[in-house]
Parts: sequence; structure tokens; C-alpha cells
Amino acid sequence: MKHWLLPHPILTPILALIWVLLVNSLSPGAILMGVVLGWAIPLFTLRFWPDEVRVRKPLTLIRFLVVLLYDILIANLAVAWLILRGPRHVHPAFVVVPLELTTDIGISFLANTISLTPGTVSSWLSPDRRSLVVQGLDVKDPHALVETIKRRYEAPLLEVFESC
Amino acid sequence: MLETTLSILIVIGALFTFIGSLGLARMPDFYTRLHGPTKATTLGVGSLLIASMIHFSTQGEGVSFHEVLVTLFLFITAPVSAHLLSKAALHLRVRSIAPPPAQIEQADSEADRGRE
Amino acid sequence: MLSTALAIAFGLVTAALALTLWRLLRGPDKPDRILALDTLYVNSIALLVLLGIHLDSALYFEAAILIAMMGFVGTVALCKYLLRGDIIE
Repeated sequence: MKHWLLPHPILTPILALIWVLLVNSLSPGAILMGVVLGWAIPLFTLRFWPDEVRVRKPLTLIRFLVVLLYDILIANLAVAWLILRGPRHVHPAFVVVPLELTTDIGISFLANTISLTPGTVSSWLSPDRRSLVVQGLDVKDPHALVETIKRRYEAPLLEVFESC
Repeated sequence: MLETTLSILIVIGALFTFIGSLGLARMPDFYTRLHGPTKATTLGVGSLLIASMIHFSTQGEGVSFHEVLVTLFLFITAPVSAHLLSKAALHLRVRSIAPPPAQIEQADSEADRGRE
Repeated sequence: MLSTALAIAFGLVTAALALTLWRLLRGPDKPDRILALDTLYVNSIALLVLLGIHLDSALYFEAAILIAMMGFVGTVALCKYLLRGDIIE
């Protein structure tokens, strides 16, 4: 049930935080303005938010984000090393990852995660939303890559956004 | 001590930015070129922004944290633009070393027919 | 020490800009050029941040934020154009 008092419980604190960061001050005025904006913007853009976003297990989400941060660092070192070694050492390949996630937020989270981590970029979502095509920079074993993506990233996201 | 940390962060950041562009320049096809700018460059700029945050926070004019905004923004938008670019490239059938899966072409031509 | 690090960093980022420009001019395909433009704006953010530290002025951030936002919108618009042949449908 959407309420005019708190139209979008997740967007409001995010907008308030962005406002405070933008103004670059922690004065009460800035915080108040941020909260007002965080309340008013979701209220007026309510019709653009068709699905309610529900985070079911915030702890799993936080653990996932920590794993993600670590993986981003490793991914960057790996990609930098591959680039320095030169084009002759890369084995690019496309792999198809079958999806179990069904919600918009889950799929976009997974696609962004894949793009930020080891040598892979999500490139194409099939129109029926059942599979995601992923391009890898240095793929030795496509099956292992699909396994890793499903176990390491999709499983926690399934728990956070879609377990009932 | 502070200056050393700052210098290391700046050099690492610039190095990653450079590596990202190097990848863009020397990789053989579009899909492999995509990786440098989306990962290395984003991390490089992130590192530079952290350096700048430390620098301005220790100037004695209060804490400066709006750099976080740019960092977050880059980390959120980089995968989105990479995904769109690679989708556009698949649509245009840009030359690729690895063969793209057959189902893409199928779905693409079906979508084209649907729009006509 | 900081000024040495900044000098090295300026050199590296400028070299990165030059490499990106080379890719922008060379192509060979349209997505390559868009990717180069995208990288060009991220590199220019890096350059602005370095300038901000060098000149001790926080003003350069406003420009960096603007470039980050406008650059992203530009990339998305160009990709949409390639995908659909039109930006606003």
C-alpha cells in the first residue's frame, strides 16, 4: 500500500543523502532540505515507480556488497594485467547465463554486478528475460564462468529480492 | 605520512586511468576494448577522487565528501553504458573475434520484423 | 613529493587522453567511437580532479559532476540512436 506520508521508503533516504553530498555540508538546513526533497520527489513521480522494491534480507545484501567490492578490486587488477600483457593473450568468448531472477531490480543488479567484475560485461538480455548474454575477456572454461556467476552473484540476489 | 598516502593514491589512480585507455587503444576487437574503459578507468578515477577527498578534508575547511557522489555515479553508470554499447554493437553486428550466440541474431531479426 | 606525484599523474592522464583520441579518430565502427567518447569524458574528469588538487580549488568539482552526468546521458542517447535509429520515440 502506497502512502502519501512515505511514498517510497528506499528512495527517500537515498535522495536525502545525495542532496547532502551535493551541497557538501552537514548543516541542519541542508539535511532538512534533503529530507523534504526525498519526500516530495517520490510523491510527484509515484506513477513512474510501477513495482514496489522490497529488500527482504538486508544483511545478505550488505554481505553481497562487501564481496562485490572485493571482486571489483581483483577484477581491475586482472583486467589491467591482461591489457598490459597484450592482445595475443586474451581469449574472448560469449557465454549464455540462464536466469532465475525475474524482477527488474534483481536482473539489473545482476547485470551491473557482472559488468563490474572479472573480465565480463553483460551485453544482451533475451526478450523473454530468461537468459543474459555475457561477454568475457579471457574465458578458459565457459561452464565454470556460468557456474561462478550463478553461485557467487545470482544466489544472494535471489535471496535478497525474491525469496518469499 | 599523509602526503605519501595521497601521492600513492594519485599515481595508482592515474596509472589505472592510463591502463584503461591503453586497453581501448590496443585490444583487437570492440568487445575486448569494452573492458578497459569500464573497469580500469572507473577504478582509476575512483582512486583519484578518494585522493582528492582526503586532500580537501585535511585543508582545515571542514570535511569534503561530495567526491563520493561522483565516484558512486561513475560506478553506477559505467556498467549501464557498457551494456548499452555492447547491445548496440551486437545489433549492428560489429566484427568480433568470438562468435556471438545464435539466439541474439534470431531475436534481433524478429524484433525488426515486429516493428515494420 | 605531492608535486612529483601530480606531475606523473598529469603525464599519465594526458597520455590516456591521447590514446583515447586516437581510437576516436580511427574507429573503425560507430560503437568504437562512442566508447572512445565515453572514455574521453571519464578521463577528463580525472584531469579535472587532478587540476583541483594541484590548484587547491574545490570549484573544479562542479565541472566534474556536470561532465559525469552529461557524459552518461550523451552515451545513452547515442546508443539508443544506434539501436533504434531514433532518440525520442
